[in-house]
This record gives sequence, structure tokens and C-alpha cells, in this order.
Amino acid sequence: MNKLTVSQSPHIKSNQTTKNIMWAVVWSLVPAGIAGIYIFGISSLNVMILSVLSCVFTEALFLKFRNRNPKTVLDGSAILTGLLLAYNLPPQIPFWIPVVGGVVSIALGKQIFGGLGQNIFNPALVGRAFLQISWPVYMTTWKNPRWWPDAVSSATPLAKETSAHFSYMDLFLGNRAGSLGEVCVIALIIGALFLLITKIISLHIPLSFIGTVGVITWVFGKDGFFKGDFIFNIMAGGLILGAFFMATDYVTSPLTKKGKIVFGIGCGILTAIIRLRGSYPEGVCYAILFMNAAVPIIDRFTKTQKYGFIKK
Amino acid sequence: MASVNFIHPPDYKDITKNKKIETALPPKKAILLLSQHTGAPSEPVVSVGDSVKTGSLIAQAKGFISSNLHSSISGKVVTIEDSPHPIIGLSRAIIIESDGLDTKAYLNSVSAKDISALSKEEIMTLIKEAGIVGLGGAAFPTLVKLNPPPAKKIISLIINGAECEPFLTCDHRLMLEKSKEIILGVQLVANVLGVKNIIIGIEENKLDAIESIKSVVFRMKADDLKPKVVSLKTKYPQGGEKQLIKTLLNKEVPSGGLPLDIGIVVINVQTIFAIYEAIYLRKPLYERVITISGGFPNIAKNILVRIGTPIKDILDYCGLNPKLDIYKIVMGGPMTGVAQSNSKAPIIKGTSGILVLDKKFKLEEKELECIRCSRCIEACPVGLMPCMIGLSSKKAKFDIASSYDPFDCIECGSCSFVCPSNIPLVQLIKLAKVKIKA
Repeated sequence: MNKLTVSQSPHIKSNQTTKNIMWAVVWSLVPAGIAGIYIFGISSLNVMILSVLSCVFTEALFLKFRNRNPKTVLDGSAILTGLLLAYNLPPQIPFWIPVVGGVVSIALGKQIFGGLGQNIFNPALVGRAFLQISWPVYMTTWKNPRWWPDAVSSATPLAKETSAHFSYMDLFLGNRAGSLGEVCVIALIIGALFLLITKIISLHIPLSFIGTVGVITWVFGKDGFFKGDFIFNIMAGGLILGAFFMATDYVTSPLTKKGKIVFGIGCGILTAIIRLRGSYPEGVCYAILFMNAAVPIIDRFTKTQKYGFIKK
Repeated sequence: MASVNFIHPPDYKDITKNKKIETALPPKKAILLLSQHTGAPSEPVVSVGDSVKTGSLIAQAKGFISSNLHSSISGKVVTIEDSPHPIIGLSRAIIIESDGLDTKAYLNSVSAKDISALSKEEIMTLIKEAGIVGLGGAAFPTLVKLNPPPAKKIISLIINGAECEPFLTCDHRLMLEKSKEIILGVQLVANVLGVKNIIIGIEENKLDAIESIKSVVFRMKADDLKPKVVSLKTKYPQGGEKQLIKTLLNKEVPSGGLPLDIGIVVINVQTIFAIYEAIYLRKPLYERVITISGGFPNIAKNILVRIGTPIKDILDYCGLNPKLDIYKIVMGGPMTGVAQSNSKAPIIKGTSGILVLDKKFKLEEKELECIRCSRCIEACPVGLMPCMIGLSSKKAKFDIASSYDPFDCIECGSCSFVCPSNIPLVQLIKLAKVKIKA
């Protein structure tokens, strides 16, 4: 008999791997990316490519200096960060912005904490927040869909003075200005459904997040108590993208179902407050970053209920 | 109340579920380990050179949680020495060389009248003498379960026919082929415990066994205590005692406690069959049904083997070609079984199967970072947070690990099974248990 392998149990394993999960999320973002290119033109694709390359390159550099396996760069996580960052940028932004954003996302958002699994904040949102603060003009100069007569410098629907003339159908299909990956709600929902069906994400965070934003903007909306346009608020900004694809990031969200609901509600409250009372029209990015910081404490108070534990 | 999570690993039971139980030849040499069971090792009552028959007592229980051990062949005691143990590595064993006659040391049949005349105490004595331990895997001495402290009133008896470990079909075949005997055994145990509520739980991937048991129950006399046969959704680890109680009765055994603390006794079907044999045939426990399966379907079998038969002898009997590219040999099921470094170790009472795995079952060994995906939390049947225990244990922070209740872990392997980053969570939890106790 040849040499036998001795290893610890179990001797069978599920075929779900970290790499598969990351790549599945990348694939789930493809419909929204295609929509972004269709709506705003080829400049969207440029932003996506630059952002992804910048993230992958930065990741590779760090892996090299930290003496880690260089192959890890293709585990999908850096590509995912790059893609998510691009989806949060205006489509016609100068080429160096996504490059800088990618470096910041990976370097400050992920690798200085120790790389995959160690970061506190969503790396793509760290990059976006950095860009927003550093170059606010570029970050708020929007491009209109290709078929609109005036091409550049319109405002997003959430900017308070413009919101009147958007039908729900425009918002649903993405016939509006905005970040290149956030505008087409239907494309995002197709991707989200894929993630839900393959059980890569659960509904706990997206539902509590979107639900909370909906309730608060309905109750306290600008048209008076219980008269707010919550459907508009759910579809108009980056909420769908944020709730399904960024707030659900495993590393930076709570572990238990209970914790996830608390996290989603927290994100929703902060988003609504920033939108209704803040000086920014959009609040999803900062809301998620704030709640990322609260994850350790949420985890601490939302442990699972274990079997056989009798309350005294 | 906690919600109990389960996983659905591939069950691989089609390989052997339609194969009738075969009887293996008695081995030429039997290695009877003194540590067959949970608790203190048994103490030899024979010496080198003694002649023994099949079923002769060769070592006796030492203390309350221990068990008798009987010879599984007839022949001569050649030595008593340390031998390879399939689970703990090494243990003392009585080694017997066969005389080829297989002379029995017990009655082999008792009249029905004599059985109905037996008192509870007499039945318990017979079970004790027969060296019966739980045959589902843990090998806990059965008598301890049947003899609860007087303060604990037993209300329900659960017969565990879940057999949730993938590959294994020995309990399945036994329920199908020995339904009548199993029901007779159930009646004996129910009488000893004085319970009225009897439930037999079987997973629905064994429909024929469910039907067979049901038809025996249907034909029982009107004044007999009829067990309820419950078909269960197939999921792992439903055969875990505490998980089965939750599914069948929606009750939870208190943390750190035993089922009898809430008035429940759970016994595996094969153990019930052994009890039947001990009473009706006065036959001690020296053989059991195991499943041989894995990556080589041509050797796959359900097989009745003598305790103490070396793994190699059984695989030879099954026709395993040693030139084949064998990757791993596992004693037990794939989720909790123990990989063997060679095939010298013998079958013990708790052995439910031997898996011979080929390269198809080679697993990715490279461990990646935890990405906090919480799959382990959603898989844990006890409602623990395996990643928190595991990662603290990995960083040697055992005080943190201990605050996540590692001692409630039943070591079912579900967390390691689902982990996409290949983190050996069960092993890290076991490590935490050892370090915290130390």
C-alpha cells in the first residue's frame, strides 16, 4: 500500500472558496457596469479600467513588500474594490482621479490594516471619501446620459433643486445623471438577485438599510410629515448600490443576523439624516463608513443565541 | 430558544445503500483494545496462554463508566500489549489467535417465556454483562443511560436512526433487514426505562427503512406500546443527540448537561439491535455492522465484522487491490472520522465505517484569511460563533476563545466544511478546549 495521507476531519468540504465568492460579486456587478457604459458612453469604461488597474497594481506592490504570495492579487478582492470605486465616480472624471482613488483604497483602506480580512472600513468607500474631500469639484461634476441635449454639468436627482423632473421609470432605468455604476436600478437589482440566489449575501443588511431610509424619508420628507417621496429617495442616489454591494461587504459588516439588521438600520438612519439635513445631497458613502467603525461594538452585543442556554 | 442550523453535504449513500449486509470471515488474529469506549479502559481477566471461546469475557468494566469486553473469536490469548488504536493512537490490547473453530460461549437462543419473565434489574444486568456501548460512534456505556439517578424521571425514549454522516449506510441496512429485532429491542429498553413516549427518528433518505420499521410497528399487538416513527428531513448533523432532541421534541439539553437532565434518553438503532441480541440470544457485543465505502465503489459493502479485526483484513476481504492509488483511509464518516496512517489498527465498538478515499478527495490545504463571511456561524448546529473561537485560538488568545463557549462545541465539523478560506475551525476549537482546561 502506498503512503496514506493523514489529515484532520472533515474529509470532505464544500466547494465554495473565498476566490469564488469575490469573483461572483465581480460578476454580479457586470450588468450595472454595462448599463453605465451604455448610458454615459465609453468614458465609463475608461474610469472602470483605470480604477481596477490601479487597485490591482497597488495590491501587488504591497503583497511584494509584505512577502506575501503574489498570486493572491488575483483572488478577486482588489478587482472588486477597483470596480466598486469606479461605480462611485462620475463617468467623465479626469483619468488621474480613479488612479489616485485606487491607490488610496488599497493602501489606506485595506493593506495598512493587514490586507484581506483585516480592514475596518470598506476600501472602495475610503477611496471615494478621500477623493470627495480632496477634489470636490471633480467629484460633483456630473455627465448626462448620451441622448440628452446638454452633455455635461447637470446635477444628480438628489441635489435639492433638480429633483422635481424625474419619473420613477427614469430612475429605475437609469435615465439620469449620477455616478457611473449607481444610476441603473434594474441592472443593480439583477446583480443583487444573483448574489441572493447564490446565497453570497442575505437580505438582512439591504432590507433594513433601504427600509430605514424609506421610512425616515417618508415620515420626515420635505413635503411634510408622512408625505415624503420615499420611492424617489430609494432609487435616486447610490442607495441600491450601497445597500446590496457595499454595506454587505463581509469583512466590514457584522457577523450575526441580528448584528446585520442593527448595522443596516444604522446605515439607513445616517443616510437619511445626511440627505435631509446635511450639506451633501448624498449620504450613503459616509453612512456606511460610520457604521463600519461601529461593527466591533455591534458584534459584541449581538452574539448568537446558543443551544441549551437557559435564561435565569 | 436557539435556532439550530444544519448543512447539506453530499451524502454519497447511493454507493452502498442497496447492498445487503454481508458477514465477514472471523480474523485469524483479533486485536481487542481495552479502550473501546468512553470512560475507563476495561481490565483483563484472562492471561497469556488462556483458551477463549467466541463471546468469552476477556476484560471487565472498571468503574461505573466503563464496559466489559469479550473475545470475538475462539482461540488462545497470545499476548497483552500496546497496539495501534484507530482514534487515540495506542492502547493496551488483548491479542487472540484463532483456532479456526469459532466455538460460541453463549446460548444463542432463549425461549420467549423466559424473556417476558425477566425483571428490569435482570435485563440491565444482561446489558451490562454483554458490554454494550453506544454504537453510533461515541461508544458511551449504554447501561449508564438506562440507569439514571432516581431524581431524574425519564419521559421520552428516542431511537436514533438518523445516520446523518455521509457515506454510512450500516444503520440504514440494519433497520431494513432487522426491523423486527430492532422493535423487540425498543420494547425491552422502553420497559426498563418505564417510558410511554417512544420516537424513532429516521432521515428521509432511507425511505425503505422507514417503511419497513413502520410496517413492523403497524403489525404490533394492540396492547403493545407503539413507537412513533418519524421521517426527518435529511441534514447534518441531525444524528447528534442534542440536535435530534431539538428536531423531534423541540427541547434543548441545558449547556453542559445530558439528555436525561430533561427526561430524555437517546439510543442508536444499532445499539438497540445489540441489546436485542444480548437479551434474546444472550450474545455479548463482539461484532457489528460497518460500511466500507469511499472512492472505490467495487469494494463498497455493508458488512458484519468482528470487533478486533484489523482494517487491513477487512479491506482484503472486500477485495481492495493494494496497488491502487489510495489517498486516505478514514475510520468513521467523512465529517468526524479519523484518518489512519496505516491499516493495522482494528475495528472497535464505535467504528461505523471505513472509507477508502482516492485523489478525488484531495482537499485544498492552503489556508486563507478569514473574510468574516459568517458561513460557519450559519452552519453551527449549537449556535456558536466558530470563527471567533477559532481565530482567537489561532492567536493563542484563549481567554477570548473561552468567552465564546468552546465547550458547547460538538465537533461535528460543519464549520470547517463550509469555510471558504479553509480554516481548520474544529481543530482550533479542540485546541482551545485543551488549552483552557490545562
